[in-house]
Amino acid sequence: MAEEIVRLEDVCKSYNVGQSSQTEVLHHIGFAVQRGEFMALIGASGSGKSTLLNIIGLLDRPTSGRLRIKGDDTSTLSEEQITRLRGHAIGFVFQAHHLISAFTALENVMMPMLVDHGFPTPEMYARARDLIALVGLKAVGDNRATNMSGGQAQRVAIARALAMNPYLVLADEPTGNLDTASADSAFQLMRKVNRESGASFLIVTHNLDLAKRCDRTIELSDGRLKV
Amino acid sequence: MINAWQPFEWIAAVRFLREGRMQTLFIVSGVSIGVAVIVFMAAMLAGLEANFITRVLTSQPQIQLIPPNQLARPQRYDAGVFEDAAIQFPTQRVLPIVEWQKVRDRVAAMPEVVDVSPTVAGSVLAVRGDANRAVSLSGVDPATYFNIVRMQQYIVSGATTLTSEDIILGTVLAQDLGATVGDKLNLVAASGASLTLTITGLVDFGNKGVNARGAYVALRTAQSLLGLQGGATTIDMTIRDIYAAETLAKEIQASNYVEADSWIATNAQFFTAVQAQQTSNFLIMGFVGLSAAFGIAAVLVVSVIQRSQDIGILRAMGATRGQIQRVFLLQGALLGLVGSVVGSALGAGALIYFHAVAREANGAELFPLLLERQTFVVTAIVATLTGILAATAPALRAAKLDPVEAIRG
Repeated sequence: MAEEIVRLEDVCKSYNVGQSSQTEVLHHIGFAVQRGEFMALIGASGSGKSTLLNIIGLLDRPTSGRLRIKGDDTSTLSEEQITRLRGHAIGFVFQAHHLISAFTALENVMMPMLVDHGFPTPEMYARARDLIALVGLKAVGDNRATNMSGGQAQRVAIARALAMNPYLVLADEPTGNLDTASADSAFQLMRKVNRESGASFLIVTHNLDLAKRCDRTIELSDGRLKV
Repeated sequence: MINAWQPFEWIAAVRFLREGRMQTLFIVSGVSIGVAVIVFMAAMLAGLEANFITRVLTSQPQIQLIPPNQLARPQRYDAGVFEDAAIQFPTQRVLPIVEWQKVRDRVAAMPEVVDVSPTVAGSVLAVRGDANRAVSLSGVDPATYFNIVRMQQYIVSGATTLTSEDIILGTVLAQDLGATVGDKLNLVAASGASLTLTITGLVDFGNKGVNARGAYVALRTAQSLLGLQGGATTIDMTIRDIYAAETLAKEIQASNYVEADSWIATNAQFFTAVQAQQTSNFLIMGFVGLSAAFGIAAVLVVSVIQRSQDIGILRAMGATRGQIQRVFLLQGALLGLVGSVVGSALGAGALIYFHAVAREANGAELFPLLLERQTFVVTAIVATLTGILAATAPALRAAKLDPVEAIRG
């Protein structure tokens, strides 16, 4: 039986709790992500995809219900512990690449390790170089983040998401800003990384063709999982 | 390439400052100008003040003991009987300090006291041919008195020799009498006693009044001319802490039958001016520092807004609130430190230039060049701390950013 990386149990999310303007965004969500799984999360705009992704990514907390990461309940963790777990267990790829413009591509890939360890080490450089090579950008590793094409920047962002060897990579519309060729290339890269590193992927996308190429697709509609 | 010894916070702070080149350049320039003004003002005013104080305190005693005022004491009748008498303030004869040798020895033994010298002061008439002038005569013991009033520094002609037949005159007085070094001068006391002395030196204290009236003779010469054989009308002193003069004067007055005047009391106007200058100096420096601090804070607040997405990403990849806070505090510290180093160099340069250019009428320096290492070290520390303090609010704001909101932008 495959190892369970993430499990959501009856997760609800409301905003403005206790006020007249209380809005329930997610209703009793429950599903699990297995190790090495490559999943798509689809749904119309405003269906709660990003909120769900933020909860799984430990950037937000559910109003009720539980989120387990590798079986551990995250609701009892302090903010410090959550931050640490997020750094170690989860990698993020955003629609806009969000590379830090003050650093080179290589340094951006190094950044999660630097944040975690506090000081740079030769091992960090080596790993960052390996990851840059993995995403096929060896030649532009020393370029500033601002000095790359959208497709290249998104590849760097994928490499950065893998820096800490996370269990799960969350990608929010990772191909949304790319042309068809670059989008396909980025998708294939994620697929390759998924196979080679064993990290699970949860990809939020509007592109149904891409979704079909994933192992499994779940759909959100008005904050509810559509079966 | 990132060096291995640099922590994450330092790396991020330096990169953020380097990337916002124009912003960084402008605020460093602003802080530098502020620090330059502070360094320049502090050093120049300290130099001017030191110069003024040196002048005042080397041309007069720091504490002077004189006999107390003579009071009329009417004889009383029986106890409880009211006397309806108007008591006239008696005329003040020139009298010596009672047991002045004992008083001198007592004050000389005090640890705060450096030099003590008995003098005799009185008024005489200087006569030379048709000219005559009223003179404030001081009979001094050159061996001790010239440690208190640095006659050597002020002598413009002749020497500071004072035998029993010598006299040193103020330059204006000598001019009024048409006399110069080597000339004879006749002194006549109110009692009718007179003496003829040889002018050995002319002094210029930089004060026309003193130069027009002052004359110095040997202690014994003055004693015999003024009819005060063996007496001393004043005891002049220098002390270790010049600013403690007033307290020490009161202390001496309380335990001796003398009146003690400190330089602070006799130069009250000058002392008030020095204090007013110090206060305004501190105020100006404080406000300049404050405006530099607000400049740093403003730049960092803008930087936090500009970098909110970067902050969000860093938080998403596991950076703690503390780490983010330190990145911005370090930026504040760096702006303060770099600004203080550049500003200190600018201030010192301006000071050296002004010192070379600004001269007194006689070509002497207007103020001594006081460039102490301590001033620069203190300035650097204060500027860095100010930078950190100014960065506190922006840093807290950055640390409090919700990563979800920040990434969304």
